[in-house]
Amino acid sequence: MNWGSASEFFAMGGYGLYVWGSYAVVAVWMLYEPFATRRRHKEALQQIHHELSRKDTL
Amino acid sequence: MNTFPRFFTFAAPSRFYRLAGLMVPWLYGLAAVLAIAGLYTGFFVAPTDATQGESYRIIFVHVPAAWMSMVLYLVMAGWAAVGWAFNARLASMVSRAIAPTGAAFTFLALWTGAFWGKPTWGAWWVWDARLTSELILLFLYLGYMALVEAIDDVRRADQAGALLAVVGAVNVPIIYFSVRWWNTLHQGASISMTAAPKMAQTMVSAMLIMTFCFWAYAFAVIFVRTRAIVLERERQTDWVRSLPGGAV
Repeated sequence: MNWGSASEFFAMGGYGLYVWGSYAVVAVWMLYEPFATRRRHKEALQQIHHELSRKDTL
Repeated sequence: MNTFPRFFTFAAPSRFYRLAGLMVPWLYGLAAVLAIAGLYTGFFVAPTDATQGESYRIIFVHVPAAWMSMVLYLVMAGWAAVGWAFNARLASMVSRAIAPTGAAFTFLALWTGAFWGKPTWGAWWVWDARLTSELILLFLYLGYMALVEAIDDVRRADQAGALLAVVGAVNVPIIYFSVRWWNTLHQGASISMTAAPKMAQTMVSAMLIMTFCFWAYAFAVIFVRTRAIVLERERQTDWVRSLPGGAV
C-alpha cells in the first residue's frame, strides 16, 4: 500500500494536478464516447422506423 | 477452398451487425473489469518511481493510449485498403468507425503526455520527434475524417479516404522508432520485446492490464459505431427493414 491517507492519495506526492488532470480527461472521454455512439445507433434505428412508417401512410 | 466462404461469412454487413451486437455488452463489461484491476494495480500495488515520484503514474493511461493511437491507425488503413481493393463495403465502414476512436486516443496520448512533461521536463510541449510525429498522426486522423465526410458519393469517399490512410501509414513506424532515430527529449520505449524490463514488474503489469482494457473498450465502441454506419448506409435493404423493431 502506497498511501497513508486519502489526502495523501489525492495529493500524489505533489503531482496531484498532473496525475488527476490526465486521468480526468481520459475518464470523461471514455464515458462520453460510448454514450455518443449508442445515441448515433439509436438515431439510425429511429430514422429507419420513421421512413418505413411514412411509406405505409402514403 | 472449403474454409473460404466461411472466412467471408462475417463480411456481410447483416451478419456482422448481429454478431457485433451480441459482443458489445461483454466487451464493455470486460473493459470495466480490466479498468478496475489496472487502476488498482497502478495506484495501490505499483511502487513510487525512484526518479519521477508519483507523476510517473500517468504512464498507465499514457502508454496504452499512445499504443492504441498507432495500432488503430494501422487497422484503419488496413481495412480501408481492403475495402478499396476488394470493393468490400463492410471493411470501409469499419475503417470509418475506427477513425474517431483513434483520433481520441491520439489526443489523449498528447494530453496525458503534456501533463507528464510539465512536471518532468518543465514544458507542456516541445518540438521533439516523438511528440511532433504523434501530432501529425492526429492531423492524419482528422484529415481522413474530414475527407470522407466531404465527398457525397460514399464509395468514392471510401476510396479517397483509403488513399490518404494508406499513404499516412508511413508515419506510424516514424513515431515508433523516433526515440531511436533522433536523440531528442522523449524517453526510450517503455517495453521492449528483446531487453529485460527496466521497470518494476507491477508497473509493467498495470500498463498491460490498462492496454487490454483500452483494447476491449475500443472494440466495443467501434462495433457500436460500425453498427450505426451499417444502418445509415444500408437502410434501403431488405435485411435492415426486417430487423426487429425496424419494420412496423
